[in-house]
Amino acid sequence: MTHLSNNKPVDTQITNAAFIPEMFVIKKIRKETEDTFTIELAAENGETSFEFLPGQFNMLYVHGCGEVPISICGDPNRPNKLFHTIRMVGDVTRAIRRLKVGDMLGVRGPYGKEWPIEKAEGKDIVIVAGGIGLAPLRPVVYHILNNREKYKRISILYGTRMPSDIIFNKELESLRGRFDIDLYVTVDRADQKWMGNVGVVTTLIKNSNFDPENTTAFLCGPEIMMRYTAIACQQQGLAPENIFVSLERNMKCGVGLCGHCQYTGKIICKDGPVFNYDTVKDLIKKREI
Amino acid sequence: MKNLESYLADHPFLKGMGKKHIELIVGCAKNVRINPGEYLFHEGDEADLFYFIRDGKLAMEVFRPQKGSIVFNTLGNNDVLGWSWLVAPYIRHFDCRAMDVTRAIALDGNCLRKKCDEDHELGYDIMKRFVNLMEDELMALRLQLLDIYDTPIK
Amino acid sequence: MSKLKITKDTKYTVNKDAIESLLTELKKQKFKTIGPIVRDETIIYDELENINDLPIGLTDVHEAGSYRLKEREDKALFGYNVGPFSFKKYLFPPKLTILKSKRVDGKIKIIKENESVEKLAFFGVKPCELHAILIQDKIFIEGEYIDNYYKKQRDSLFIVTTNCTEAGSSCFCTSTKTGPSADKGFDIAITELLDGDRHNFIIEAGTKNGLKILKELPLVEASKNDLDTAEQKIKSASENMGRSLDTSNLVELLLGNLNHPHWDDIAKRCLSCGNCTMVCPTCFCSNIQDVTSLTGDENERVRTWDSCFSMEYSYIHGGAVRASNKSRYRQWMTHKLASWQEQFQTLGCVGCGRCIVWCPVGIDITKETKAILKQVTAQAEQSAQAEN
Repeated sequence: MTHLSNNKPVDTQITNAAFIPEMFVIKKIRKETEDTFTIELAAENGETSFEFLPGQFNMLYVHGCGEVPISICGDPNRPNKLFHTIRMVGDVTRAIRRLKVGDMLGVRGPYGKEWPIEKAEGKDIVIVAGGIGLAPLRPVVYHILNNREKYKRISILYGTRMPSDIIFNKELESLRGRFDIDLYVTVDRADQKWMGNVGVVTTLIKNSNFDPENTTAFLCGPEIMMRYTAIACQQQGLAPENIFVSLERNMKCGVGLCGHCQYTGKIICKDGPVFNYDTVKDLIKKREI
Repeated sequence: MKNLESYLADHPFLKGMGKKHIELIVGCAKNVRINPGEYLFHEGDEADLFYFIRDGKLAMEVFRPQKGSIVFNTLGNNDVLGWSWLVAPYIRHFDCRAMDVTRAIALDGNCLRKKCDEDHELGYDIMKRFVNLMEDELMALRLQLLDIYDTPIK
Repeated sequence: MSKLKITKDTKYTVNKDAIESLLTELKKQKFKTIGPIVRDETIIYDELENINDLPIGLTDVHEAGSYRLKEREDKALFGYNVGPFSFKKYLFPPKLTILKSKRVDGKIKIIKENESVEKLAFFGVKPCELHAILIQDKIFIEGEYIDNYYKKQRDSLFIVTTNCTEAGSSCFCTSTKTGPSADKGFDIAITELLDGDRHNFIIEAGTKNGLKILKELPLVEASKNDLDTAEQKIKSASENMGRSLDTSNLVELLLGNLNHPHWDDIAKRCLSCGNCTMVCPTCFCSNIQDVTSLTGDENERVRTWDSCFSMEYSYIHGGAVRASNKSRYRQWMTHKLASWQEQFQTLGCVGCGRCIVWCPVGIDITKETKAILKQVTAQAEQSAQAEN
C-alpha cells in the first residue's frame, strides 16, 4: 500500500491509481451524538498500518454510493488504528452510518497538508474547535499529549450547539482531569441541567491563558466560526501568521485534479485543507468564493 | 476598600482608567456573594447594580412559559455583568442565576450615573467601555443566532 | 526522394500531395488520425481518412453567440479557425470509467482494468489548441498527482500543428501569446501558402518522431520567398485579431475586485448554462459518479466533465457554496484569467474565443475584462482627483 504521509504522488504506472481505493473493514462503530459517529477501520488482512499527519484526510468510499473527504482523527503515533469521526450530513455519510461492523469501506489517502505542529514547538497552543471541527484537531491533541514537554501552555476551547452535540465525551473528560491542559467547553444554548458554559466559542478566547507573542492557534469549525474566532484571537494580540485554519469545499478527487475545491488560486485538497490564516484572511471575508 | 480599589484598577475592563476616576467608581462599590441556585436578579427587576465577577459562575436565562428556562449565556471570572443601569428605564431584561458560589463586586448604578452626570469625562470614559462590552455581547449573540453548527438537511 | 539532408531546424516546402502522404504515413505508423471534418454545419474533430475529409474551401465566421460556415474563394485546407470541439476530449474524455467494483459474498472487490489507449495523431492542431494541450499537461501530468489515462494517451500522441494565417473575429491569441503560430510542442508544423494556383505548405519537424515522418515526404528546402510569405501571413494574422485582452495585470484586476458591481451586471445576462466550460479547451473540472447495477452488487465509478456553473459543483453539506449566478461566473472567469496563474503559472485562456462564440447570450470574456478595467481605472482616477 502506498501511503502519502509525505504527500508524494502515488504509483503513477498503474492506470488511474489515484482513484483506486483500498478496501478496509469496519472494526468498530461508536455513536458520538444523534448525528455523529466514529468508526475504526482495519486493513482487510488485519495488519493495519496507516501513517498520516494531523490534519490530513481520506476519501472514504461506499460501494455504489460515492466518496467523501473525511479527516483522520486518530493518534498519529498509532498507525495500526485508523479512525474517522463522521457527521451524517449527506447521502454518503448516511450510507456509511448504515454499514455494520465487518462491512467494507474504501479508503484513499491520506491527502492534504497538515497542521504545522512541529513549527509550533516551544510555544503556547490554542486549539479552538467548533462542532465536528474537533475531529480534524484530535490528532493534534494526541500529538501534543505524546510530546507534552515540547509545548508550553495548552488551551483547548470547544464549542457546540447543545450539550448533546458534544463529541469525544470520554476523551474530553480525561483531558479535563489533566493539570497541564486548560479545557473549556461551551454550548450555544442549554437548559438549566447543563452546568457548563453557555455562549459562542469566541467568547472563551479572551479568558484563556496564552502569550500572544509566542502562541500558535489552530482553528477548525464552520467557516464563519473560524472567521470570528480568528478576529477574537487577533483582538488578544495574536498575529494572523500564527493562526491556522482548516477549510472545506466540495471534493471529488482529493488530489487536485477535479477542480472542485478551488479557493481562488488555492486548491484545498492539496494546498490545504490547513492554511495559514494570513494567506486566506482577505478571501474568507468574501462571499461565495 | 483598598482591596476593592486595587482589584478594580487591575481589571481589564477598566484598563487605563485614571486613578481619580477609579476612586470615584470605588465609592459606589460593594462586595456581594451569591450561592448556587440563587438568583442575582430576575427579569423586570430594577437594574440598579452592575457587577465585576471575581469568581464563580452565573447563568443568564430567559424563562419560557410551559418550556422552562433557557440559558443563553454564562459568565465567570473577570466578566462584567449588566448595562441596563445605563439605559432608562433601568429594568432587568433577563434572569441571572448562580451556578456556583459566586463572589462579585457590585457597583451602584444610581450612584455612578450621578457621578457621570457631574463629570462628563468620567461619563464618556465609562460609556466607551460599556459600548465595547455591548458590542462583544451583540457579536456573540449574532453568532449564536446564526446557529453555525446546524445543517439544513436533517 | 531527394538527397536533401532533413533536419529539425530547417523548414521545407511541400505541395498538397505531401499532405496526403503525411496522412498515409501516419496511418502506416498505426496512428489513428483525428483532424478537422465538417459535420452538422460545423468544423469539428474526428477520425480523418484522407485529405478530402478536410474542410476544403471552407471557413468559419464567428461572432459573440454566433458561428457560421462560409465558402471561401480558394481551396484552402486549413482556412478556418476553431469550431466547438477541441482535442481535449481525446486526452480527457467527457466520460471515463475509472473504477469497477463488485460485491461478492459481502466483500467488495475492486476490479482494476488494464486499459489500453489508442495511438492518436492530432492533425490540424491550431496553435491555440496546442497551447491548450500544453496547459492541460501542467494540470494532469506535471503536478503532484498524475492522471494516468491522460498520461498514457499523451505519451503516444503525435501532433501536427497548422499555423494560422488568418485570424477570426473572436480570436485573441496574440494577447494570450498562444498563436497565431506555434514554436513548441508539435511533432510537425505546417503553414499553408495559397496564392492563385500555387498551393504549397511550409513544413517543419519539432521532434525526432516528427522528423522520422518528415523524411518520408517529398521535400524541398523552403525558399526565402516562401519563408517570407509565411512569416508575413502569420504576422498579418497576428495583427488582425478580432479581439484583444490586456493580460498584464489580470490577477490584481480580477482577484482584487471580487466584489466589483460589474459581476452583477454579467450575472444578469449569464444563463449559467456552462457552454463556455464545455467548449473551453483548458477547462478540466470533473465529477465522479457511481453507476450501479439494479442489485447494487456491481458498480462503476464514472468520471465525467463537470462545470463550475452547476449548483452541485460547489455543494457541501447544507447547500452550494456558490449559490448565486454571479459567484459562478466570477469563479469561472477569475479562474481562467487570474487564479489559474497561481495554480499553474500560466493563463488558463488560450485566446481561442470559443466561450464568446458558443455563449447563447454572447457574453464576451474580453469585453467583460475591459469593462472591469475601465471602471476600476475611472474610479482610481476619480479618487486621485479627489485627493488633489
